[in-house]
Amino acid sequence: MNRINQLLNNKKENILSVYFTAGYPELENTETIIVELEKAGVDLIEIGIPFSDPLADGPVIQQSSEKALANGITLSKIFEQLKNIRSKVSIPLILMGYLNPVMQYGIENFCRMAAQSGIDGTILPDLPLDIYEKEYKELFRANGLSNILLITPQTAIERLKIIDKATDSFIYMVSSASTTGTKGISSDILQTFTEKIHKAGVQSPRLIGFGISDKESFQNACRFANGAIIGTAFIKALSKKGDIKENIHQFVNKIIES
Amino acid sequence: MYQVNEEGFYGQYGGAFIPEMLYPNVEELRNNYLNIIETEKFQKEFKQLLKDYVGRPNPLYYAKRLSEKYNCQIYLKREDLNHTGSHKINNTIGQILLAKHLGKKRIIAETGAGQHGVATATVCALMDMQCVVYMGAVDMERQAPNVERMKMLGAEVRAAQSGSKTLKDATNEAIRDWINNPEDTYYLIGSVVGPHPYPDMVARFQSVISEEIKFQLNQQTGKKNPDYVIACVGGGSNAMGAFYHFLEEKKVKLIATEAAGMGIDTDETAASLKVGSPGIIHGSRTYLMQTPDGQIIEPYSISAGLDYPGIGPVHAYLNDTKRVEYLSVTDDEALQAGYMLTKTEGIIPALESAHAVAVLQKKIFKDNDIVVINISGRGDKDLATYIKKMKK
Repeated sequence: MNRINQLLNNKKENILSVYFTAGYPELENTETIIVELEKAGVDLIEIGIPFSDPLADGPVIQQSSEKALANGITLSKIFEQLKNIRSKVSIPLILMGYLNPVMQYGIENFCRMAAQSGIDGTILPDLPLDIYEKEYKELFRANGLSNILLITPQTAIERLKIIDKATDSFIYMVSSASTTGTKGISSDILQTFTEKIHKAGVQSPRLIGFGISDKESFQNACRFANGAIIGTAFIKALSKKGDIKENIHQFVNKIIES
Repeated sequence: MYQVNEEGFYGQYGGAFIPEMLYPNVEELRNNYLNIIETEKFQKEFKQLLKDYVGRPNPLYYAKRLSEKYNCQIYLKREDLNHTGSHKINNTIGQILLAKHLGKKRIIAETGAGQHGVATATVCALMDMQCVVYMGAVDMERQAPNVERMKMLGAEVRAAQSGSKTLKDATNEAIRDWINNPEDTYYLIGSVVGPHPYPDMVARFQSVISEEIKFQLNQQTGKKNPDYVIACVGGGSNAMGAFYHFLEEKKVKLIATEAAGMGIDTDETAASLKVGSPGIIHGSRTYLMQTPDGQIIEPYSISAGLDYPGIGPVHAYLNDTKRVEYLSVTDDEALQAGYMLTKTEGIIPALESAHAVAVLQKKIFKDNDIVVINISGRGDKDLATYIKKMKK
């Protein structure tokens, strides 16, 4: 079984997923960040593939992408960095990015290399569901990749049902109508959102992302789903001066300390 | 055969490659745009405004001296005489009416040189709608008068500070605004770009250009069709408008000019079809300028309106199928064409439109060929550039 589904089977609540931009703050930080995140007790990692025009991202992730690209990161370089990652960690790994760099790399190559690197899933926000289902689903499945889909508070009930059916691991719940890192989360919105999800009869596990930055918002989000995703706040932590490993542990500890 | 298909594609180009956050907005448009714009009530209001407010039909002008000079029959379609000075207003009138029908309260737009921003701010003033225009910080500096014009019209102009701070980044910011304001906000896109249904919708609103050309040419010459229609292309809305009703008329040769900037063999160019490759930009699959790694490259052209790293998906398709011939025109060629038209006919074209006029210096026409050139905008906004370059 895919590592994401193993996680979802073993842990039903308070799953912590962390996003980082590959190649940031330094080109060769990728492995260190993954290894330290696992050590610190994170459950799931999203590795961001930088893009020049990240439409769904707020300023912090935009700037980290810009810096990573200036550092010389490319998708080929990311796969190079991940070549031996499975001898070091067993945590589920997801590649997240915009479609254009993946298309230029070649979607078949991308899936093959992802599988070889021990990647478990993908989040490609601008790959439309109908095109994925028609053109790529077989390819992703054959390579053991779970393609994770997004829903938002504005997603219609009928579409929630379709997305639930198309999901083979978890659904990414976008906490509110926003780009990444721009707003906090609102219990009212999440309450209404969750009611709608139940009404649609959604069965898949769910993680909430966007606007989660600290222990309080993480715990709050976890009331409405199986766990939550932190991106922007972690990028900010990585941007701090000092030892990167310490910064990582300090950040994660603050979220999960009891 | 050149219309968008039911899935929103022109051949392999187009579609709606958008994150889920935008899905409800785009879906709402997709489900409603045809139903709304094809109603008699909508068409009546649209046409009335084009007539009384924009000043349509604008002339199809037989350019006698130009015709003698180039030894063919040249007609200029005078979009430059529209209110606000370019073809952009045709589309903003159409979309603001649509936004009203959808019950939207707030309009957002992107702009490069400021022409689409001004056209949007204008219709927002006309319809009493809140208006936010995103413009690259660099462009705001280069096109300061248009920024003031938009403010005077009541719009808020927000600087796009990301990336290269030009049109591409202004478009990114507008899309981010739309993600953050999914319910009351309408994104008024200025060209035949973006996710389906925008390319088709904008083409329909601009198609009034070719509708008039057809009618006016027939009245003036008795001929059903011209031999050539020529237009410039950045995103490609004036070209689509000028070509629309001729696409199925196989005998009409269609020529579009991309901005070559300093030349297509340099890095300073905006000729997406010549130097680009298929990929995804702003929600649509089309040709774009990109690195081998799929990062979007910043374009360059002397003309801010053509300074875009992508091109409307319909043009990618018309290029593949060879229905339209795409040429590239450098900064210098466009400037020379601009000076030439000014001296020969007393018409100062926008630098964008000068790229279309430059075809006269690149192609030989037969003396009885009827050649229609779309003068998409007037050159007032470009006077500083024209004057600076003239002194050199």
